[in-house]
Amino acid sequence: MRKHLAHLSDEALVALVARGDERALAELYDRVGRVAFGLAFRVLRDDRLAEDAVQEAFLAVWRTAAAFRPERAKASTWILTLVHRRAVDLVRREERRRAEPLDDEARDAATTDSAETEAWAGFERDRVQTALKTLPDAQREAIELAYFGGFSQSELAARLGQPLGTIKSRMFAGLARLRELLDDGAEGAS
Amino acid sequence: MNSGIHELTVGYALDALDPEERDAYEAHLPGCAECQEELASFSEVAGALAMAATGPVPSPELRERILADARAEPQNVVTLAPRRRTVPVLAAVSTLAAAVAIGIGLYAVSLNGKLDDTRAALSRQQGVTSVLADPTARTVALASGDGNVVVARGGEAVLVLDRVERLPAGKTYQSWVIGADRTPHAAGTFQPAGGRAVLRLAMPVPAGGVVAVTIEDAGGATTPTLPLVAASEPV
Repeated sequence: MRKHLAHLSDEALVALVARGDERALAELYDRVGRVAFGLAFRVLRDDRLAEDAVQEAFLAVWRTAAAFRPERAKASTWILTLVHRRAVDLVRREERRRAEPLDDEARDAATTDSAETEAWAGFERDRVQTALKTLPDAQREAIELAYFGGFSQSELAARLGQPLGTIKSRMFAGLARLRELLDDGAEGAS
Repeated sequence: MNSGIHELTVGYALDALDPEERDAYEAHLPGCAECQEELASFSEVAGALAMAATGPVPSPELRERILADARAEPQNVVTLAPRRRTVPVLAAVSTLAAAVAIGIGLYAVSLNGKLDDTRAALSRQQGVTSVLADPTARTVALASGDGNVVVARGGEAVLVLDRVERLPAGKTYQSWVIGADRTPHAAGTFQPAGGRAVLRLAMPVPAGGVVAVTIEDAGGATTPTLPLVAASEPV
């Protein structure tokens, strides 16, 4: 059965989940769960909270798969959006944010163990990290503090002592540049 | 049109808006194709950022807990009467999922032109989210038409219609609530967007009541013009 699901696209799996197929949900978790947990952990810095965020996000996937529109987004993007939203909500509630969410890249790399998907995940991670590094520092900082630190734009403005408009422009310029950089290397996914 | 709100797209994609801005953006989004497209593309970039964040491996129990959650809610799917296909249900949608679903433009909502200023859009949209997010809400199938009605405990209801055709100029869809008095009460006019319509009904639906939809002249009518283009099972 696993073999049967293994060659389906993520989007096809979501369609099966919408029909109540538990095995399809399990397969989606097996594909996206690791990255989802990595993301939630990066934001929350706590195993239990990160697991809660992922669990709630997958429950939301189970409940609302029927509303997913594949022409709008990749299934993995949708799931990671749910996980991220939940993680940010939790981190703001828990007041758990660390001052410097950027200092642990080495630790992140060290705690990543290998799996079948590691080669692909590693490639993708390198690509994104390389793209991030080419951004001007101020833009990268704004994006990383927001996305991984869970800070809102107005919190960042206060924290960095910059006008809100400046923070917004940095984030826009940075994300637009990242989009270009990542599109270049991608196989025309739109 | 409203350039201020368009600028929120990046902040929304990164989950970096304050709650009020987030609400305002979610209210704006369904009616703005430009923002929907921009957001879809920025969301892909944010999704790519997620790939850069590797952490420890989750415990094996997490997978089990997720599957146990799913097993505990097998009512994910409701099968309707034989000749109809299986219709997935939006029951018990969490706030999170509802907001994000609206966020990525999965629900296309277009309000009556005259009402479509930000304030009205905001209050209506929030009405939709609060009903969809109510864990006690029930989903009632349509007896005719594609879609369903989600009814919260107090009768507050959201009508979700699929495969809705665009109407010629000068015409509008209008929803009706028919209760024990058997009199149809006007519950709001709407236009579909992208073949879909999601409408918070203007009045609660009483137990045993029915929700119906007709096509009327622009501005709406006080009594329905038959035929019904959609009608629900009793709520």
